[in-house]
Amino acid sequence: MILESLLVSAPEWAIDHAPVLIPVVPLIMAAMLALSPSGRLSWILSMVATAASFYFALLTLGRIQSAPGGIIEYWIGNWDVIGIEFRVDALNAMILLLVTGMGFLASIFAWSTIVAEVQKQKISLFLSAFLLCFAGLCGVTATGDAFNLFVFLEISSLSTYVLVAMGASRDRRALTSAFDYLIMGTLGASFYIIGVGFLYAATGTLNMAELAAQLPALSGNRSVQVGFAFIIVGLGLKAAMWPLHQWLPNAYAYSPSFVTMFLAATATKVALYAMIRWLFTIFNPDYAFEQAIFTFILAPLGIAAMVICSFQAVFQTDVRRMLAYSSVAQVGYMILGISIATTAGVAAGLLHLFNHSLIKGALFMAIAGICINYKGTTIRDFAGLGRSAPFTMAAFAIAALSLIGVPLTAGFISKLQLGYALFEHGWWWAVLLVVFSSFLAVLYVGRILQSIFFMPPANPRKTRKEAPLLLLVPLWILALANIYFGIDANFPAGLARDGAIAALGLEAFQ
Amino acid sequence: MKGDHHMILRVIAKCLIPLIVIYAFYVQFHGEVSAGGAFQAGVVLAVALILNALVFGLTATMRAVPPWFTRSLSAVGVMIYAGVGVWAMLKGGHYLEYQALFGEGPGGHDGQHAGIIIIEVGVLFAVSGALTTIFYALAGRVAEIRDEDW
Repeated sequence: MILESLLVSAPEWAIDHAPVLIPVVPLIMAAMLALSPSGRLSWILSMVATAASFYFALLTLGRIQSAPGGIIEYWIGNWDVIGIEFRVDALNAMILLLVTGMGFLASIFAWSTIVAEVQKQKISLFLSAFLLCFAGLCGVTATGDAFNLFVFLEISSLSTYVLVAMGASRDRRALTSAFDYLIMGTLGASFYIIGVGFLYAATGTLNMAELAAQLPALSGNRSVQVGFAFIIVGLGLKAAMWPLHQWLPNAYAYSPSFVTMFLAATATKVALYAMIRWLFTIFNPDYAFEQAIFTFILAPLGIAAMVICSFQAVFQTDVRRMLAYSSVAQVGYMILGISIATTAGVAAGLLHLFNHSLIKGALFMAIAGICINYKGTTIRDFAGLGRSAPFTMAAFAIAALSLIGVPLTAGFISKLQLGYALFEHGWWWAVLLVVFSSFLAVLYVGRILQSIFFMPPANPRKTRKEAPLLLLVPLWILALANIYFGIDANFPAGLARDGAIAALGLEAFQ
Repeated sequence: MKGDHHMILRVIAKCLIPLIVIYAFYVQFHGEVSAGGAFQAGVVLAVALILNALVFGLTATMRAVPPWFTRSLSAVGVMIYAGVGVWAMLKGGHYLEYQALFGEGPGGHDGQHAGIIIIEVGVLFAVSGALTTIFYALAGRVAEIRDEDW
């Protein structure tokens, strides 16, 4: 396969250091971009950095798949267990691949939209913040140290606040939404670090594997339980778990279109990954208090998200806000999958995480293409765009159908998997709710598609004007991936299954 | 200058600022063996600049230490820190493995020494640069609407 040939051709140092190079390359490049004199040069360098990360993520994945039970341990500074560990198994190899891949595609199309939306003298700094955010997300995913996860989480969040606020040149409301996000995000991060503090007090270690080894003896300990609660709430805030999602719709609606695309495809996914890591690898679903949390907190919240936020999405007039509410609803599906706490459930959650990243990436990228030429993102502004920009809108339509879960698209596969997992668990009523919420998705997606394809252009001066080629290429890569993974889902489903097995700690690759 | 109300303030500040800078470097280079370290040193160094801006005015300070310089300083700081990591990798060690910097065997401490001091310099640059940049951004902000226009 491709991965094997990559592994064979890669130099030895790249294979050895791949896990740590994934965040380090964009981190160093971010500092360089802050000094770069020209925006165009910065853009090319940011593509180089994200491409390098993607390459190292592929190498990491290849290494894990070739070594049975694959875990890569990388000790930073060679300090052994007292130092920071980067620990990659099948679960975070998948998320790393997703984040770096989406980051790479995002940085390709970045140029055409940030030229339109960001002041010229700020482009280098903007891309520098983007790379910091990217490095932070990769770091969160790769690290095996609970405190180091917090540091990377803050790196990514702080740069995200800046990126969201950059939307102010187009819409001043970006400033308040960035501030809201800052407050909520900081609360989330503080809750997380409080929880880690409690666990550190109880165990005396910050290493995740070490924590996992020590916790079974302490599962009745009150400070461990309190720490667990703090961590889940903190990460839930970051992952936009209903009802902690209030920061998300505004942050997505008012930030620059490039930022919306990148965040929608990666940021909440990484927080969800961290949650899975804590729920299954570090803590153990066998603990009594965790069972209760799955059944009485995560499952109801997931269901509430997918029903209530789908309803809210139906009544939005702005396309980006609508899709933002839809994102919260999709997070609900993932949380529902996780809350079953079986291999099939977690695999369905992970698969939906992967597919949803492709879907929302494509949708927001198409919207970015529309923003370049037409301004305005209300549903009315989208009227008749099917004729003015057929290629952009065809890709949008494919991703939108995938969002609903039409057969032969990626969204269908993951909802099907989720349905199977729920049935196996005996939660047939939850399957009905998933179907109901998909029906709501038909309503809100239908409103946009109807406006695009069946309404006359609101503005007759709208001539044929496609998005630039630099945007169309990554957009169609994502759109075709949505179809391809809807027909042959072996690759993502395999990744998700291995990830779930790694998370639940069963015998990997049996 | 006649009628200068802030004479005492200026004279005192002029005496204090060099002392603050020296203290910053003391904290920096003593951090290795006693309390303190590069983060604190960076803050103290930035405080010297901020005091200068408060007493002698923002424009004078910005002329002496321009904003592009402070911004670049913090970026260079990050690069120094991360660069030491890469240097260790090039020498065949893990990322940030100081022991590997000079290729010493176990028992050698030169790498540990040099590594710590170099990354501390990076942190000093990054922290003092970032804090001064933040101060410039806050202090140099001009209101977009004048108060009378409300």
